[in-house]
Amino acid sequence: MSLGNSWLVIPGQPVLSGIILAIIFFVLAYLARAPMLQAIHALGRVLYRMFRLAARSVAIAERRLDARNREVLLASGREAAERMVDREFHRIERVVNRDLQAYPELHRRISEHIRRIDEDFRNNNESPPTPPEWVKAVEAVAKLQETADPAVASVLGDIRKSLVRAQEKATHEYRKAAARRHRLLAGMAPSWRGIERDLSGVGKGVNTLLDRSGRIDRQMEEFEEIRNATDRAQQTLSSSSLTQFFVSALVMAIAIGGAMINFYLISRPMQEMVGGNSTIGPFLTANIAAMVIIFVELSMGLFLMESLRITRLFPVIGALDDRMRHRMIWITFGFLVALACVESGLALMRATLAASEQQLLQSLGNGGAAAAASAPQHQLIPMITQMVLSFILPFALAFVAIPLESLVQSARTVLGVVGVVLLRALRFVLRLLGNASVGGAGLLARLYDLLIFVPLRVEALFLLRRGGSGGALSGSPRRGED
Amino acid sequence: MRRLTIMLLLAGLVAAGLPGCSGQSSRTQAVFMLVDTSGTYAHQLDKAQSIINYLLAKLYPGDSLAVARIDSASFTQKNILDQVTFDGRPSYAIAQKRNFKRKIDDFVKSVKHGSAYTDITGAVVQAAEYLRETGAPHKTILIFSDLKEDLPKGDVRNFPLHLKGIRVVALNVTKLRSDNVDPRRYRNRVKHWRKRVEEGGGKFVLVNDLSRMDKVLPQQ
Repeated sequence: MSLGNSWLVIPGQPVLSGIILAIIFFVLAYLARAPMLQAIHALGRVLYRMFRLAARSVAIAERRLDARNREVLLASGREAAERMVDREFHRIERVVNRDLQAYPELHRRISEHIRRIDEDFRNNNESPPTPPEWVKAVEAVAKLQETADPAVASVLGDIRKSLVRAQEKATHEYRKAAARRHRLLAGMAPSWRGIERDLSGVGKGVNTLLDRSGRIDRQMEEFEEIRNATDRAQQTLSSSSLTQFFVSALVMAIAIGGAMINFYLISRPMQEMVGGNSTIGPFLTANIAAMVIIFVELSMGLFLMESLRITRLFPVIGALDDRMRHRMIWITFGFLVALACVESGLALMRATLAASEQQLLQSLGNGGAAAAASAPQHQLIPMITQMVLSFILPFALAFVAIPLESLVQSARTVLGVVGVVLLRALRFVLRLLGNASVGGAGLLARLYDLLIFVPLRVEALFLLRRGGSGGALSGSPRRGED
Repeated sequence: MRRLTIMLLLAGLVAAGLPGCSGQSSRTQAVFMLVDTSGTYAHQLDKAQSIINYLLAKLYPGDSLAVARIDSASFTQKNILDQVTFDGRPSYAIAQKRNFKRKIDDFVKSVKHGSAYTDITGAVVQAAEYLRETGAPHKTILIFSDLKEDLPKGDVRNFPLHLKGIRVVALNVTKLRSDNVDPRRYRNRVKHWRKRVEEGGGKFVLVNDLSRMDKVLPQQ
């Protein structure tokens, strides 16, 4: 008997053997129905509990992470708000100090202007000289009726002339006095303008203070919101953090581009210093040396920004006393200048090498293009450009510290948010699997019944015939089984 | 502060000391060019010169280059026209290339008439020895010849070659007048050398079209 026919109950009768085996199987399955269904449901329940437990653990982790994110976000927001308020207070202090220092001088100036105006005003009060008293007598005489007496007429004529002269003199004196008053008034104008200017300066200072105090009020409100951990503050900080993350990532990408250009400029001439054929692992030593120079520049930039208290990545540096910090600023700046000079020198060497190589290629007969490119006037411009670029790039790279700090700080929030989202998705999947396992167990039980529907039907008919109720219909679970 | 300064100085020293723990680049290569100066080939040296110029333009610091002539007795140091391993510093390498070119130019000018015999095997053996000594990962022998060996009486050259890891490139294998009578001679010559090289563990490449110089050096 071959192995393929070993299952045959009746040799040479596969159909009959199959039927017999099927009957045996269905009978056994019918007999094992109760424990089988119990096992299936128990498995479903175990899986359900397991997934629910896992989902609960994930939910706890999610809540913890969310709370942690909230704490981190609010702490960073609080720190930023403190910095802003602190900066505003410093500005106000500066404005107040400046204005208060100038106040005695301002007071003296305004007092001087007022004194001058007062003096001029008093001078203006002087009345013009009055005509002499005898003029009234003359006026009375002049009013007399004109007579034919020539003597009287002559006297009257003389009196009239005297009167006219006196009037002219008085008018002249009056005009002189008026002109003098006008002059005095004109002299008061600069004092008025001076006062106006000083007062407008004071007004401007006051407005600045009001503006600043308004800003401080707003920032204090924000600070209060952050301190009270309101949802609005959290939302604002979260969106601000996301924006900060993407912007700083963009700036970092630009900086990486700059670093690559820098690397390209110095890697070739670096071969002059460390050799062009030695390697460290799979990398050329010259390339590694160029990378090290760029990384040292970046580090110096970080230290410089930290010493200037622009960034706060290293609390140790920020906590140094001012004298030490100033020293560190000069040292790191000195290193940066030295590295920039080194890079500039390397750029010069690169240009020289390129020119030399072009000459060699030309002599080897590699076309006229090289010859055209080797003209001195065409070499000078790229050489200077490379040198300037190599000198500037280290300083430009130093500023990478600012976006780096933003990226690091905002990354904490962004990664936290991403983590929460992932945990939430995982929790959903676990709950889904839990529910699916219960439903799946039910479905499996139904499929089992479907498989043995013939014996079940027979059982139902048997029970009906015995006058049993319809509770044992085919496919319906027996009491205590489901 | 002092600690910080020390740390910064250490970083600089590490950067400066990097070459101390360095090895040879896996991209370096050694090329040995054999130039046939027998018979009519003496008049084709300008082609060989342009190939050498191409090699000078394409080889990098750290690479090695040697040029030797194939004449009646080629297994001798005297036949090596010049050999150089280019310095790691590009400026020195450029100067070395200039010197090399000058020597080759002088040699080309000095050749008036060809040698009586052609000892290719001796030249190949010498080239293989040189290339093995360089230790370069990529080794190439360029043979600028018609591959027709003509040995003086008594010279023994019918032994197997040891060319494991060496690429042998036959350049400008011109068809001789006799090949025109029976082209199978040309094919048999090439076949014979291919067999010898491959039996010796090397790789044989034929480049007759000198405008396809990119096939001369291995692609890296």
